[in-house]
Amino acid sequence: MELSTKTFRVTRADLVRYAGASGDFNPIHWSDRVATKVGLPGVIAHGMFTMALVGRAVTEWAGAPDAVVDFSVRFTRPVVVPDDDQGTEIEVSAVVKEVTEDGLTRLDVTATCLGEKVLSQARATVRAPR
Amino acid sequence: MSLDPSFVGRSYPPTAPYQVGREKIREFARAIGATDPAHHDPEAARAHGHPDVVAPPTFPVVVSEASGKQVFADPDLGIDYSRVVHGDQRFAYTRPVVAGDELVCVSTVDEITNRGGHGFLTTRTEIATTTGEPVVTMWSKIVVRGEA
Repeated sequence: MELSTKTFRVTRADLVRYAGASGDFNPIHWSDRVATKVGLPGVIAHGMFTMALVGRAVTEWAGAPDAVVDFSVRFTRPVVVPDDDQGTEIEVSAVVKEVTEDGLTRLDVTATCLGEKVLSQARATVRAPR
Repeated sequence: MSLDPSFVGRSYPPTAPYQVGREKIREFARAIGATDPAHHDPEAARAHGHPDVVAPPTFPVVVSEASGKQVFADPDLGIDYSRVVHGDQRFAYTRPVVAGDELVCVSTVDEITNRGGHGFLTTRTEIATTTGEPVVTMWSKIVVRGEA
């Protein structure tokens, strides 16, 4: 079964807010000067911010904020966030791979930015809402 | 750069207890746009059977920051943090993190490989309450990029 695709807009302001909330102040997530110096095309989103947005999608699909029992991703491609009002977009979709006898649902998740996958092996296990 | 595989199995001392605050969970939830009332309103969290607001699934990265630094800043391991990128991340939950938790992290080096001039290091961080109740286990794989 396929779940409805969710789209998340990501701007520089979102990265600054996430840096503050998470404590990850690596300048590649806010300074073009530093990002390009280390060979990136520009400022990129925190991998953990992308994973957090996928986590939002998963909890929304599951229908409960506390449903996630296992959640894993591999970061394969950076999410470049331009310094404009539009930023970029991350699309998250998933298929249900399995529903176990003990009420756990296993999802295979796909996250893309500008049509390219930014994660691989993204998987979540959620339990049915209480 | 090359990482010393003899570090596999090394554990670091438990970190000082992290006090999970209600406002910190709200701040983190706002930063990722998570609007479910259970992240913000203790009453809504209680309706899900929790004593206080529930943290979003990736919140343990905040809790484990000090524990991760023990590994990444270990002078014996000698990681150049400016060359580090995040490879893989996994969370396995016993139960969600909630406001009021006092959490202690213990990090262990699970795996080290060197391939194509890059170093790959996986740490496992066990997060438990100060009374020893397991809450969540995290695995983080980082890639230390070689000098190209």
